[in-house]
Amino acid sequence: MEADPFIFRLSIFVLAVFVGYYVVWSVTPALHAPLMSVTNAISSVIIVGALIAAGPEPASTAKLMGLVAIALAAVNIFGGFVVTQRMLQMFKKKQR
Amino acid sequence: MSANLTAVAYLVAAVLFILALRGLSSPTSARRGNLFGMVGMAIAVIITLLRPDVLSYWEILAALVVGGGIGTVIAKRIEMTAMPQLVAFFHSLVGLAAVLVAAVAFYAPEAYGIVDPITHHLKLASRVEMALGVAIGAVTFSGSVIAFAKLQNLMSGNPIVFPGQHPLNAALGVAILAFIVHFAFDRGGPHGPHDWVFWGLTALAFVLGFLLIIPIGGADMPVIVSMLNSYSGWAAAGIGFTLENNALVVTGALVGSSGAILSYIMCRAMNRSFLNVLLGGFGGEAGAVAVMSDKPVKAGSAEDAAFIMKNAGGVIIVPGYGMAVSQAQHALREMADKLKAEGVRVRYAIHPVAGRMPGHMNVLLAEANVPYDEVFELEEINPDFASTDVAFVIGANDVTNPAAKRDSKSPIAGMPILEVDRAKTVLFVKRSLAPGYAGIDNELFYADNTMMLFADAKKVVEDIVKAL
Repeated sequence: MEADPFIFRLSIFVLAVFVGYYVVWSVTPALHAPLMSVTNAISSVIIVGALIAAGPEPASTAKLMGLVAIALAAVNIFGGFVVTQRMLQMFKKKQR
Repeated sequence: MSANLTAVAYLVAAVLFILALRGLSSPTSARRGNLFGMVGMAIAVIITLLRPDVLSYWEILAALVVGGGIGTVIAKRIEMTAMPQLVAFFHSLVGLAAVLVAAVAFYAPEAYGIVDPITHHLKLASRVEMALGVAIGAVTFSGSVIAFAKLQNLMSGNPIVFPGQHPLNAALGVAILAFIVHFAFDRGGPHGPHDWVFWGLTALAFVLGFLLIIPIGGADMPVIVSMLNSYSGWAAAGIGFTLENNALVVTGALVGSSGAILSYIMCRAMNRSFLNVLLGGFGGEAGAVAVMSDKPVKAGSAEDAAFIMKNAGGVIIVPGYGMAVSQAQHALREMADKLKAEGVRVRYAIHPVAGRMPGHMNVLLAEANVPYDEVFELEEINPDFASTDVAFVIGANDVTNPAAKRDSKSPIAGMPILEVDRAKTVLFVKRSLAPGYAGIDNELFYADNTMMLFADAKKVVEDIVKAL
């Protein structure tokens, strides 16, 4: 008897929720703003779905939507990582 | 490129994303964490480009350059005070991208291998995942657009309430559920469900996202921005299930739980339930009709404030949204430098919901070169107010209101506050005696040890700097 691949994926999902739970509680409150911007950037990994849609050579509605989704996700990926970097560079310790 | 190798590469990307979040446990490791995130993203994108069915490199490159260029320019130029609306804007893009990817998977499901080989219909599990992904994506999109408009002052930050609002939202929710069920079992379209079911579901979710956020007032935005952050994660996870992509499932789960935890932290910091915030209508309306007290207040000048602080042993600065509005953070740091030169111990106290997003104040202070080891969270610093000479409240109000502790009938009863009232002297920078967001008077204004500084935050601080 073999489990449906969906069940495997669901297991991964549930475990990842737990990982997220513990990792995020360890984030220092001072860095909650960069946390939001970096989660923004990484959730745009949805771009992989858009890349597959835009992949085939022949033009189609699906391909066009895929390309638009790539551009939107790219705004987020670049914008998210760059703005996170900018914020993090500002956090400095006291100069002694 | 074998399917196994691809799957392993996605796994590596997911692990790098976890490390990116893990890095944020301290400012020293955070920059490296961000780098991990970038590498993870690069791996995920490159491995997808290597698929045999991904061929149109030029178009993809063009889309990446356009989007990436816009994103980079925005990120480089944005003012730190505008960070909440930027984050809301980014959330809306994740939501819209999720909707588009779901639509693509709906019209061309063969590319993702999610059709039944015999009937050529979408598989049942894929349908449910797709429906959930597109619905949450659409709610995230329209909700974030409204949040953005409120934060950017394109529309009033006051809650918009009308009779029948909650029943209407509930009805929409039920209709969305009905559409999801229909989407799962419909057999009339080319791949199973009809087009109208897909778009009907999307449209209803758009409307729901819009209606959910309009009754939320400005100061509840930290909760809402966190909540939309969470939704964007769940939408990504839903799409990840549809596309059978583990990197997306893991990332969605991480982001979803991250946003949920932030929402919880924000709610706890206001002693309100998540549902209470979501039902909206808090503040705004009530604020307009609040009874102004005619008790006498002690008003002082910038010179008085400078004199008091110069002779203090320690000063704790309590910043709030008003500091962000008047961009007073740089002047504030200058003031702190002058005070430190006089031998005064200066610290900053930050309430979790100060500002319009989690961590808003910390970023602004960091921007003004305030070292982060001078900035303290509520629990850390509250015990120290009693032994401090001066609490300097700038642009905050409700988060210092002692009514939260003393008056069980107050709308903010039980909310953890920064106990500035226990300091020897309270200097309160405010434009007028108008009540704060919760629409209630702050008895602190009339206390014997309080001196009010009526003016724009930045102006007052600059005047104090001159007087020091």
